[in-house]
Amino acid sequence: MDIVINLLVSVMAASTPLLLAATGELVVEKVAVLNLGVEGMMLMGAIAGFAVAHETGSLPLALLAAIFAGMALSLLFAFLTLTLQANQTATGLALTIFGRGFSALVGAGYVGISAPTLPHIHIPVLSDIPVLGQILFSYDPLIYLALALLAFVAWFLSKTHAGLIMRAIGDQHDAAHVLGYKVIRIRYLAVLFGGAMAGLAGAYMSLAYTPLWAQDMIAGRGWVALALVTFAAWRPFWLLIGAWLFGAMMYLSLYVQGLGVPVPSAFLSAVPYIGTVVVLVLISRDSRRIRLHRPAMLGRAFQAGN
Amino acid sequence: MTTPLLQLNGIVKQYPGCLANDHVDLTIDRHQIHALLGENGAGKSTLVKIIYGVVHPDEGSILWQGERVTITSPAHARRLGIGMVFQHFSLFEALTVAENIALGLDNPKDRVNLRDRIIKISASYGLPVDPDRTVHDLSVGERQRIEIVRCLLQNPKLLIMDEPTSVLTPKEAETLFTTLRRLASEGCSILYISHKLEEVRALCEAATIMRAGRVVAQCIPAEKTARELASIMISADLKPAHERRPAPTVGLPRLVLNKLTLRATSEFGTSLKSISLTVSGGEIVGIAGIAGNGQGELMDALSGEILAGKPETVLLDGKPAGHLGPYDRRKLGGCFVPEERNGHGAVTTMSLSENAYLSAHLRGALSKLGVINHRRTNTYAASIIERFDVRTTGPAALAKSLSGGNLQKFLVGREVMLDPAVLVISQPTWGVDAGAALAIHEAIIALAAAGAAVVIISQDLDEIFQLSDRIAVIAAGTLSEPVPVAEASLERIGLLMGGSHTASEAPAHV
Repeated sequence: MDIVINLLVSVMAASTPLLLAATGELVVEKVAVLNLGVEGMMLMGAIAGFAVAHETGSLPLALLAAIFAGMALSLLFAFLTLTLQANQTATGLALTIFGRGFSALVGAGYVGISAPTLPHIHIPVLSDIPVLGQILFSYDPLIYLALALLAFVAWFLSKTHAGLIMRAIGDQHDAAHVLGYKVIRIRYLAVLFGGAMAGLAGAYMSLAYTPLWAQDMIAGRGWVALALVTFAAWRPFWLLIGAWLFGAMMYLSLYVQGLGVPVPSAFLSAVPYIGTVVVLVLISRDSRRIRLHRPAMLGRAFQAGN
Repeated sequence: MTTPLLQLNGIVKQYPGCLANDHVDLTIDRHQIHALLGENGAGKSTLVKIIYGVVHPDEGSILWQGERVTITSPAHARRLGIGMVFQHFSLFEALTVAENIALGLDNPKDRVNLRDRIIKISASYGLPVDPDRTVHDLSVGERQRIEIVRCLLQNPKLLIMDEPTSVLTPKEAETLFTTLRRLASEGCSILYISHKLEEVRALCEAATIMRAGRVVAQCIPAEKTARELASIMISADLKPAHERRPAPTVGLPRLVLNKLTLRATSEFGTSLKSISLTVSGGEIVGIAGIAGNGQGELMDALSGEILAGKPETVLLDGKPAGHLGPYDRRKLGGCFVPEERNGHGAVTTMSLSENAYLSAHLRGALSKLGVINHRRTNTYAASIIERFDVRTTGPAALAKSLSGGNLQKFLVGREVMLDPAVLVISQPTWGVDAGAALAIHEAIIALAAAGAAVVIISQDLDEIFQLSDRIAVIAAGTLSEPVPVAEASLERIGLLMGGSHTASEAPAHV
């Protein structure tokens, strides 16, 4: 029983940063912007959150700082790609490289020290139910927030008029422009939302998951989040499945390492990354479905009057 | 006299290198169906975009119901009561009909009970649309109905229609006219842009004719003949439509299709079912049909973009070519002009001479050891521009800078100049003005007279009847037996387009 509870609890924790970042990127890609800077924005969020938590001791302030750090970097991306029409792929890669370097620079003094970590909630009665209480009602608040945000985004995109406009812009930005929708402004907002989510995801890593600051501590999770969005074929429900899958493999690889199986640990650490992508590719290999859900304008610049 | 609905005075719009509108005046009365005529590049589109608020004029005033207005955006135009149906539809393919319509409604109140109101309006105006279907599945005619319904939901006072019938069957066009006449009688004026002069004569009560950015005439179309209208448009007297050639001296078969069968590659495509056709040198075969009945797939199968498999299914000049891609088929003497000009027919971001090189280098000796001879390529492109009267700044102009009709002239000219053994051409004059269409038609006829086998895939029945020696109809992926044009009547072809030769199979997708 314990192993099952352990599994579930650690899956939830490991999947949350992916879920936060991927939910943000999903919104960005739905309006057809491809921001490859997720990894960089997560690192900025991680160090901003950790540093503020360490200096002030306030977790709400730390989370806000992380959100702003992610948004600041995404604002730079939006300005370069949406206003100045720079290439999105190159700009996104540059953003990640910048985020890694800058976070390492700022974080040099924070390596190996501690900061307050996110507490787990405790709801009287509910959290005390054996097994069920542990599985359902005893995580930190961000885990619930991540799930709620995913559900909200799914509902928003499919059921609201604003969500419809966003999908329309992703499908045919020229037509949306002709109808009078502000393509650039809406893309800015989506990119900023993506930055905020990536920042929050980074803070989750440094304040709850690890919880420590170490250089490059995101360790490729930003890239997995990007892959999740694509291989989930831009459908929120499959993001959740993908993120949980990653969490489960993360747990298994640690578990196997703990058993002392004679497999190189570097290989075991790689398993969740490769495994998640392979499984997602296999389940979403229906190219027709991908075509149907893929924002048709993904990565393409928009200029009014063209 | 009542105040006119819309009055434009002295509208000027200058683009870099081109004066698109030069002091244009236009007056549209209430209840009026008003035609706007002109060649490609005459400035019609610019004028219409100004009325709809997409483009802002440099000079001039707009009076709407007698009051001076500055139309700042399409949303503003819609608030005033101006609706527009675009030639190239501004629809979102991945969304449903109802979602598409909701996007075009600015007032949230209009979106209440939208599905019911769509059904009601579409029923009362004879414009059947199903609000829950995805646009991707729909035919061109259905897509146009969505745009019209979207406009009607906002109770427009003026409806602008940009070449609405260029994609419709005669029957669909007739239905559209009935709708438009009813709208006009109910008080909605219509600004109607078209190249089809007979249509304008039958439908419109007034016409404004533009040429090179200026208004050159205003008239009542019913009082003029189509030829008079055309000659005002292009400023020269039109040569009489070319006499039908005497029965062609038919040569050897140059293009043969043997039971060509092709499974649809996308879920919205049409499968080709055992298509057989023989086209001989000197002959023009027209393939009529309603859009979306397999024309695109047939074009792909003929050009080699999609391989049908066995070599013998396609014979070019007697040589099996079914297994060959476009490059090798071109080497065998085939030339292909696809329907979609941008990105398919032409590389839009390249210059005209580069585009000319891309299709001609196999035969034109335009390169040596892989190095492009720029001088010769430019001369070649310039000769296409000259012979087909392509309006552009020269061979260095980017393909995307040309208007649709001009680019089409260039693309057709590019292939015709190669003197192909087999020419397959899809929608040769879609969106092309009367003068240019004549040039393209003459080139096609001359090519056939010189011994080439020509296949024309077109939805324009006038064109099919004008050019073809034999006419076949494609419906639901099946090709009818071609009939000589002398034995073909509009009714018979129309019946075939509805799929009556495939009575045992599912009806055509209309």
